[in-house]
Amino acid sequence: MANSDNNRRKFMATTLQSVGLTALGGLLWSGYTDEVKASPLVLRPPGALHEEDFLKACIKCGLCAEACVNRDSNKNKDGSKREGTLQMAKGGDHRMIGTPFFVPTDVPCYMCDDIPCVPVCPSGALDEASVTSEKGELDINQARMGLAVVHKESCIAFWGIQCDACYRACPLMDEAITLEYQKNERTGKHAFLLPIVQSDVCTGCGLCEKACVTEKPAIFVLPVEQATGRAGDHYVKGWDKKDQLRAGDRKLDEIETHTERSEQEASDYLNAEVEY
Amino acid sequence: MSNIKYLLLRRTTQIGLLFLYFAANAYGWHILEGTFGASKLFGFIPLADPYTTLQVLATGFVLGADVLLGALIIILFYMIVGGRAFCSWVCPINMVTDLANWLRRKLNLDKEEVNYRFLKRNARYWLMVLGLIVSAVVGVSAFEVLSPITIMQRGLVCGFGAGISVVIAIFLFDLFGVKNGWCGHLCPLGASYSLIGKVSLIRVKHDHEACTNCMECKVVCPENQVLHMINKESISVTDGECTNCGRCIDVCGDDALGFGIRSFVNKKD
Repeated sequence: MANSDNNRRKFMATTLQSVGLTALGGLLWSGYTDEVKASPLVLRPPGALHEEDFLKACIKCGLCAEACVNRDSNKNKDGSKREGTLQMAKGGDHRMIGTPFFVPTDVPCYMCDDIPCVPVCPSGALDEASVTSEKGELDINQARMGLAVVHKESCIAFWGIQCDACYRACPLMDEAITLEYQKNERTGKHAFLLPIVQSDVCTGCGLCEKACVTEKPAIFVLPVEQATGRAGDHYVKGWDKKDQLRAGDRKLDEIETHTERSEQEASDYLNAEVEY
Repeated sequence: MSNIKYLLLRRTTQIGLLFLYFAANAYGWHILEGTFGASKLFGFIPLADPYTTLQVLATGFVLGADVLLGALIIILFYMIVGGRAFCSWVCPINMVTDLANWLRRKLNLDKEEVNYRFLKRNARYWLMVLGLIVSAVVGVSAFEVLSPITIMQRGLVCGFGAGISVVIAIFLFDLFGVKNGWCGHLCPLGASYSLIGKVSLIRVKHDHEACTNCMECKVVCPENQVLHMINKESISVTDGECTNCGRCIDVCGDDALGFGIRSFVNKKD
């Protein structure tokens, strides 16, 4: 009887220890994993799910990168194989290890018509439907790998120097990057040829960033999430019929709002509690 | 006398498979593409690692049919045929830990056995479950973030980077830390294959009549608790932790060990 009691106590203690050590391991492991997944400034292959879902889905097999480097079009003029666009993140790349990404200044995405990297994905992390046209054909122009952003202060076109390198490098010339003409008041007789990125067309391929002539590119691709803002649902473009529909089919004189009179003293809320 | 028949066969298989993966990336071969996480055999047969697949499912993502079918194929193969053979015939880390194990013996590091009270052989099963929980909580396949297996494989296929440090860490841990520490105590992937391969057909069989009780097999076996029948009973090794590596067969001078097919007629097996 005493023996079985001892055994039971020993069993309980061992189990408790195992559970405790597992909990310790779980805390360390979760903390580490959560930290390493926080690398938002990463450009993913075409058709990639939103980063949060992409990190869940990617099984890190590398089939996309292999398809990218071994595609028929990936050859130098002498027939030798070029470096591929997609790389698999290694330790030290500071991106989630084993996931595919690309760096435009190394190798941008050449936007292959047959998109070899997407259909090979076995897990669904690269969503073929998102790069398929209504006709059911693959359409790389629908890809949204990122969004090109121009830093005006370092772009020499904004200085008034003629440069249209990014405009010409863009696979969707005059659609994704357009040139805006402006009068150069400084000289009085020249024009600015300003590159303007159209964010509803830009695929984020990075050819512009690769082509940019400045020491550090003045046009560069950021993930869409990092390159864009959001006005919020409560702003409606009243002059835009389609956008106005969001507000419902209501006429102004039908809208009544009742706001209770505030009991508090009037205050300058914009400058409240701000000291200069 | 000991020979190295199965050692050579294993190394040939391991290096051969790694070369096929390497060639898929370097030369565009379509024999075996991808990594252990998910692969394509001959360009159309999907293969996927069951534990990796489970981790992705644990994050809440509904996987593509290719991966699920691939995982099923792998499960059926090891469940019916191979047992835990992935660990000793495929996994590249096996070469690292085998080297550490061999060096331990050469350097006499095994003489004073330390009792690692907190690190038991069943720790791997706890880690296996823990990996799924962490995957669910953090939303990323948790073991894949630090798995030395796929890090080493990807390293050999497309460059190591700083990932080599994980492989070195495993080597040092097994050499100076715990004997068979990684493969025999911690690896959750090995744990998953232990469970999958528990009922497989290919088994090491022991012939009690021929055994001279030299215990060489227990010295080389990385999971020597599975060899509890040595010089006691003529039965098969049925524990899931046996990796079917054949080291015990190579080292046995008495023909008392050999591969055989599990017999379901003889209840003792």
